[in-house]
Amino acid sequence: MTGAVNSAIKQAATILRVRFFSSWSSVLVTFAILLIAWKIVPPFIDWAFFNAVWSPENPNLCRVAIGHGACWAFVLDKYRFMLFGTFPVDQHWRPALAIAILLGLYALSAVGVVRRSSLTALWLAGFAAIAVLMWGGVFGLPYVENQRWGGLTLTLLLSTFGIVFAFPLSILLALGRRSQMPLVRWLTVAYIELIRGVPLISVLFMASVMLPLFLPAGVSIDKLLRAQLALILFAAAYLAEVIRGGLQAIPRQQEEAAQALGHSYWQRTRFIILPQALHIAIPPLVNTFIGFFKDTSLVVIIGLLDFLTTIKVALAEPAWNGFGVEAYLFAALGYFAFCFPMSRYSQALERRTARKT
Amino acid sequence: MGSLKSIRLRSIVYQAFLAAALVLAAWYLIANAVENLGQRRIASGFAFLARESGFEIGESTFLSYNAADTYLRAIAVGFLNTFWVAALAIVFSTLLGTLIGLARLSPNWLLAKLAAVYVEVIRNLPLVVQLFFWYAVITERLPAPAEALNPLPGVFLSNRGFAFPSLVAATPLALDYPVLEGFNFSGGALLSPEFVALFFGLTLYTAAFIAEIVRAGILAVARGQFEAASSLGHSQWQVRRFIILPQALRVIVPPLTSQYLNTIKNSSLAVAIGYPDLVSIANTIINQTGQAIEGIAIIMLVYLTISLAIAGFMNWYNRRFALKGAEL
Repeated sequence: MTGAVNSAIKQAATILRVRFFSSWSSVLVTFAILLIAWKIVPPFIDWAFFNAVWSPENPNLCRVAIGHGACWAFVLDKYRFMLFGTFPVDQHWRPALAIAILLGLYALSAVGVVRRSSLTALWLAGFAAIAVLMWGGVFGLPYVENQRWGGLTLTLLLSTFGIVFAFPLSILLALGRRSQMPLVRWLTVAYIELIRGVPLISVLFMASVMLPLFLPAGVSIDKLLRAQLALILFAAAYLAEVIRGGLQAIPRQQEEAAQALGHSYWQRTRFIILPQALHIAIPPLVNTFIGFFKDTSLVVIIGLLDFLTTIKVALAEPAWNGFGVEAYLFAALGYFAFCFPMSRYSQALERRTARKT
Repeated sequence: MGSLKSIRLRSIVYQAFLAAALVLAAWYLIANAVENLGQRRIASGFAFLARESGFEIGESTFLSYNAADTYLRAIAVGFLNTFWVAALAIVFSTLLGTLIGLARLSPNWLLAKLAAVYVEVIRNLPLVVQLFFWYAVITERLPAPAEALNPLPGVFLSNRGFAFPSLVAATPLALDYPVLEGFNFSGGALLSPEFVALFFGLTLYTAAFIAEIVRAGILAVARGQFEAASSLGHSQWQVRRFIILPQALRVIVPPLTSQYLNTIKNSSLAVAIGYPDLVSIANTIINQTGQAIEGIAIIMLVYLTISLAIAGFMNWYNRRFALKGAEL
């Protein structure tokens, strides 16, 4: 008994020494970090929790607390606006259910318990349900125009639909880049490099101020759709490069063997090459999606009411003016809650792929 | 299965169709644009660049500028502002990122974990959110110039920006100290809150990505290399300088250059917090003149030129330093 305890203590001491005190410089670093943490962490906890103002009834309490207590009252007052934008208040259950459906679909796809064919069917059914919930106009649901969609709902919709529509386009681009036909190859290369060479904001500007000039008189596409279009075109170029990476990893013999068996180009691509290439490309695809999810926040610059914009708009109210620090910490928390699990998932996928090869 | 000849013929026919479709689409779009511009009485072309801009720009680092100058000069100011903030962010994020990347490999558990947390947190937050946050910290939580924080002699941090001494080109060289005058500082160098927020946000964000690149580069050098060099009697410094670094750099430089390119593109988020970079000024010009096509063309052309130049450098570097005989 005592022997076991002794060896456990010894083991703990070894771990302590190796991890924190392996050399003089290590000792110094350990104490420096502890000292800084001692100076920073307790005041931060006081600010963020114990001295914080939570009740939204009286914004003046927040003004008094500036400097020593955080103002979370802002978040509690405005959370519905941040989640659902200007969606009619009595109908808030509809975007809430739409978010739940989306998250459920993501979780199901990540866990991988459902067969791929039924997963596709589930996603299609989910999209139909979301369209019905968001627009309404059928089944006794009042119609809600898409100018009133907003908040976290809009962020999730923009990023999901952006990726879903960009994906097939990106496969065509990736195949085009490897095409035997020079014109196809030049065009796809030019497109991919053009989009990847310019900042997303210029593509968004293009959609918001330039696109209307190219439409025939009398035809107009609403702002949300234009931004969604820009996001799709942008994401497709980046996804295409990821998929090209997957395609390059497939040995040429696969293509040649399929050709020798008499399969046509589309048969080879659809049934032999793409399934393998996409499988290899899954981890970087997830990474691209994380980047894209973060990038949707740029619609704040063209004034689309996504999660970040709702926060910015709420801040402009006189009652909450001056609490940007709290507001953007909350925004950061919101984005982190989505991006961090996704990045963990992609790291796990990478490890799994690495083990297999 | 057709013969080789029929396959080639088919390919030519496909491409001819594609080219025709493209020309038709382009013709249709251009016709629409000409009609729309005509209705809005906007003359297409770049002649507007020579006209007087009529708007002020908050800060201009290298060029003198006022509202009586031309649009062209305004764009030049925007370009130099982009260049200035991106260059500074690249230098400082490389230093910080290298330190953090090394810290992640430190034998000290606390330091390694701290660096890992930094990287995970920063990389999983949108850059715009971080920029808004730093801008809010500076403009809302720093004191007014009269009560500015004074961490070092001559350095003042306030909600109107950061002021510190600047060198005066005189003989002998002298320092010009900022002094409080009315509601703000004069003399010395004053960095605007917009510049500081953008520089901070961009540097901290990019550093997290560079840290990962540096870490991966060092891990890619086989451990045996380190041990072999040590057993040959080389000192720690010699091993690091002549064995590890050159091999790690070969892995680090390509992703690092594309990270630099990203930083230049990311600096365009300046428009979100009102720093007058190229995109922000082009946007103002578009709103003022309605020359949307030309304005966006200028933005894209500038960024594309930078991208292509960097891609060219990368290709040259890869040819120069790639392992001879190693086909990747």
